[in-house]
Amino acid sequence: MELPFFYLFSAGIVITSLFMITRSNVIHAALLLVLSFFFLAGLFVLAGAEFLAAVQVLIYSGGIMVLYLFSIMLMNVQVAVRIRQWHRQRFFAILIVLILGFEIWSVLGKGVFPAMKVWPWKLGATPGNVEALGSVLYTKFVFPFEVVSILLLAAMIGAIVLAKKRIDS
Amino acid sequence: MNIATEALIAFIKIAVVLLVVSLVVAYLTYLERKIIAHIQMRMGPMRVGWHGLLQPIADGLKLFLKEDIIPSKSDKVVFVLAPIMVLVPAFVVYSVLPFSENFYITQVNIGLFLILAISSLGVFGVVMAGWASNSKYSLLGALRSAAQMLSYEIFLGFALIGPLMLAGSLNMQKIVEAQSGGWFVFSQPLAFIVFFIAALAETNRVPFDLPEAETELVSGFHTEYSGMKFAFFFLAEYANIMVVSTVGITLFFGGWMGIPGIPLPGFVWFVLKLATMIFVFIWLRATLPRYRYDQLMRVGWKFMFPLVLINIFLTGLIKYLFL
Repeated sequence: MELPFFYLFSAGIVITSLFMITRSNVIHAALLLVLSFFFLAGLFVLAGAEFLAAVQVLIYSGGIMVLYLFSIMLMNVQVAVRIRQWHRQRFFAILIVLILGFEIWSVLGKGVFPAMKVWPWKLGATPGNVEALGSVLYTKFVFPFEVVSILLLAAMIGAIVLAKKRIDS
Repeated sequence: MNIATEALIAFIKIAVVLLVVSLVVAYLTYLERKIIAHIQMRMGPMRVGWHGLLQPIADGLKLFLKEDIIPSKSDKVVFVLAPIMVLVPAFVVYSVLPFSENFYITQVNIGLFLILAISSLGVFGVVMAGWASNSKYSLLGALRSAAQMLSYEIFLGFALIGPLMLAGSLNMQKIVEAQSGGWFVFSQPLAFIVFFIAALAETNRVPFDLPEAETELVSGFHTEYSGMKFAFFFLAEYANIMVVSTVGITLFFGGWMGIPGIPLPGFVWFVLKLATMIFVFIWLRATLPRYRYDQLMRVGWKFMFPLVLINIFLTGLIKYLFL
């Protein structure tokens, strides 16, 4: 039952991403990126991580991408559309793609994927993975969690300081 | 029960909810005009049907038959998609709302979070509409709307954390059942006040209707829209009011749970509470003036945001010490 949906969502991600990087209009690209986030959220649901799926939609689609659109809208998109997309880089681009492709292929070919042995919680062990995630986040991983939050706070204050031209002393 | 019958039942439920919600939303426009008219000592719609009861149908027909105008300088694809992007999230959310003890489309363990996530997508439609119209008024309206919805979404989410801590679940039905001892509005009055103000701002209602301030921006992000596309924006606005009201009564007023001692079915209680909540929304529109943009942001970030944080802290403290 899950397999067709997996292929559907994966195909969705691939197709929307392809369209995204080939659009010359930035707004269209941003909207396609939102669509690919949706498919990604679908994959999360299939993996049994509903909370992550909701966070994906709430933070990335509903939050970050709106801010992106917000700033893109204030740009002059008409000029951006007219800029040529190909800068006679085709030869180098293909070369780099080939090298990268070979690297990925060789690494994936040699790599061994050990089965996930130690999982912090068992799926389906608790009524929902929201509770499981919360308890793990606040007990086992409380230190990294707090470090990340302080890091984000510092980034936020830094951004405000940079954006504010003059600070009244 | 096999999958086929399950799917059939689900489809029937979805169809019923969609039809009823569309009809109720259409009649909300009538209700709004009528209530505001009476508050202002007017009669409101009177011509179509008894006391104007068929007015929404006449309006709907008119909008349906109107010529569909797409501005020639607009981005056509985005222009057409925008009203759909506003309407779809507004209706998808109904899939997890508990209408009564045993009438709901589905239950998921991230229920409330799903509602927040999906309804945060409505702002895309607004931004798309504002940008695709290629008009200054639309763009300004969309920018205002996006800033307002993004900011107030934060307060809305944070205000919901207090009751969630008491309920201990994101599942909408479980949140209702957790209130059998007493509605959360009594134990979380601060959270409810912030939630209500944020809900008004999220749905672009007076006193936070800056995105469509007709005295400054013609009608904001949907200035260039007409016919069915305009109707979509209109319907989405009222559908969102219903969603926000339902979330409010589910989290703070015990959802479909009644006052003990009065034997009424759960669905009736739900409708009664929903109607009261929506009436307050409309009442406020007839009463309050509009906030200025800087006032809107100030009241949010400097007053409501600290308030919800204090509320979460106090809830946690009391829960840790006494429960």
